[in-house]
Amino acid sequence: MENNTVIALTGDNLNLLAAAPEAILAIGALALLMIGVFRQDIARAQLVHWLTVGLLCFAGIVAYTGGGEPQYAFGGAFVSDGVSRFAKLFIFFGTAITLILSRAYLLRANLMIFEFPVLVALAALGMSMMVSSADLISLYMGLELQSLSLYVLASFRRDSVRSTEAGLKYFVLGALSSGLLLFGMSFVYGAAVSTEFTRIAEVVAEDGRNIGMVIGLAFILAGLAFKISAAPFHMWTPDVYEGAPTPVTAFFATAPKMAAAVLMVRVLYDAFGPSAVPDWQMIVAFLAAASMLVGSIAAIGQTDIKRLMAYSSIAHMGFALVGMAAGTEAGARSVMVYLAVYMVMNLGVFAYILTMRRNGVAMTKISDLAGLWQRDGFSALCLAILMFSLAGIPPLAGFWAKWYTFGAAIAVDDGKLVWLLVVATIAAVISAFYYLRLVKIMVFDDAADGFDGPMGGEFRAVLGLSAAVMVLFVIGGLGITEMAADAATIYAR
Amino acid sequence: MEIGLTHYLTVASILFVVGIFGIFLNRKNVIIILMSIELMLLAVNINFVAFSTHLNDLGGQVFTMFVLTVAAAEAAIGLAILVCFHRNRGTIAVEDVAMMKG
Repeated sequence: MENNTVIALTGDNLNLLAAAPEAILAIGALALLMIGVFRQDIARAQLVHWLTVGLLCFAGIVAYTGGGEPQYAFGGAFVSDGVSRFAKLFIFFGTAITLILSRAYLLRANLMIFEFPVLVALAALGMSMMVSSADLISLYMGLELQSLSLYVLASFRRDSVRSTEAGLKYFVLGALSSGLLLFGMSFVYGAAVSTEFTRIAEVVAEDGRNIGMVIGLAFILAGLAFKISAAPFHMWTPDVYEGAPTPVTAFFATAPKMAAAVLMVRVLYDAFGPSAVPDWQMIVAFLAAASMLVGSIAAIGQTDIKRLMAYSSIAHMGFALVGMAAGTEAGARSVMVYLAVYMVMNLGVFAYILTMRRNGVAMTKISDLAGLWQRDGFSALCLAILMFSLAGIPPLAGFWAKWYTFGAAIAVDDGKLVWLLVVATIAAVISAFYYLRLVKIMVFDDAADGFDGPMGGEFRAVLGLSAAVMVLFVIGGLGITEMAADAATIYAR
Repeated sequence: MEIGLTHYLTVASILFVVGIFGIFLNRKNVIIILMSIELMLLAVNINFVAFSTHLNDLGGQVFTMFVLTVAAAEAAIGLAILVCFHRNRGTIAVEDVAMMKG
């Protein structure tokens, strides 16, 4: 029995052009590594830093202008379609913005070394491989490239116990989740005799509930839930968010979330296909309900704003999973819109957190924000808008993001997910409490001492812009909803 | 008795579970956690190779090569982080990895 088909990678099925953004980023990151390694001083590190920002923006533009029909590269292991283009646009530009925001912190903390931007660029490369994967092998390689870069970034303050501890915790739990994911993949491979998503979907459609496939699906879901920090696999998130250097936390809270959520859509919608929806729907719905409740309830007692944002991210991933659980075209669209809005909100909030310093010491307590309204009206207003949006209060963007996810879940046949929407509403009300408490502390409490010096222009710009996006989102979703709708048409059935 | 696919899968599953228990039950040393992670990845490799030979498809063995490579990189990064942690904290006992509680 010889059924091995060897696919030679010729010009035709290699189709490197479809992977142009990744090629640019990979070659660029290696070139920047060379530029940095020959002279190791701050000036050179800053040059590498700005060049990386430029490289990411360039890759983002190339990724978005690809356009047209889905294109496969590397013999079908890599796909460039609407979903991956949408995700890449946000991943690359979000990463570039976090890099710009991290500059001041790195200079102050004596961490302005060229490895930082290069690692960030490699993480972005891993993320774009993840969202473009069409094969279990390319999925795994992209995921590991991202994870390995992020482990190092979390422990980037080598002289700090907290930072290295955060890195260690993230590494151990991240490696565990990779193991679970791989174990699941091996069973899926055994059931489908292929690692290609299209072939796996065919086998699922023919065979129905194959026991190997179901075991594989459960393990893969557990592994991915770790990566998007969905409860009950969320234990690492608060510690890593608190311990990692603040710019790295800002990075963790934005681009990798988008990448992991879109990757989950790829696995559930592409690899397992429409006929597997009943198999995973309840698992995803449970993850969503648990994340929303855990994130909302545990955040109430937090006094550290980085920890608060960690629990907030757990809750928000839960809301995104509500849309994903629908398993429809509208579900895929709602996940993309949710993550895009979430990324913009978080960039704004972290832009402000990065400026919270008093006498040269970084402040991360919520009480440090007391009376911000009297000290700095502009920042307080922007932060208040962002908090209202995080809480999901109309007419801000956070409300519309929830609107789409809830809408996708309610349209599922026989109201199977109505219970999930009840849980989601309760969680949204609970989480509104601590977002609004933050607003109350800023506006009504007695003013605490002011923060150091004038806020840098880049922080002011990002904070203001993200608040503006929240307000203006009501005008046709600023094109984001339409873009996501176009992208999700590949899941029309 | 003929050794079939089930036997390999059983061995791999046992190794995998030993790896998971090694991470969660071990209270002594972070190095043991690193070894447990390695054990989990090797269990996965046994799975892939067993399926690959049983199903006459090379894909699984190709995947194994990738997993081995990534496991090496992962071990390197894990040890590097561990060295930094040891410099700051002076210990690598699992119960001492608890500056932050959550």
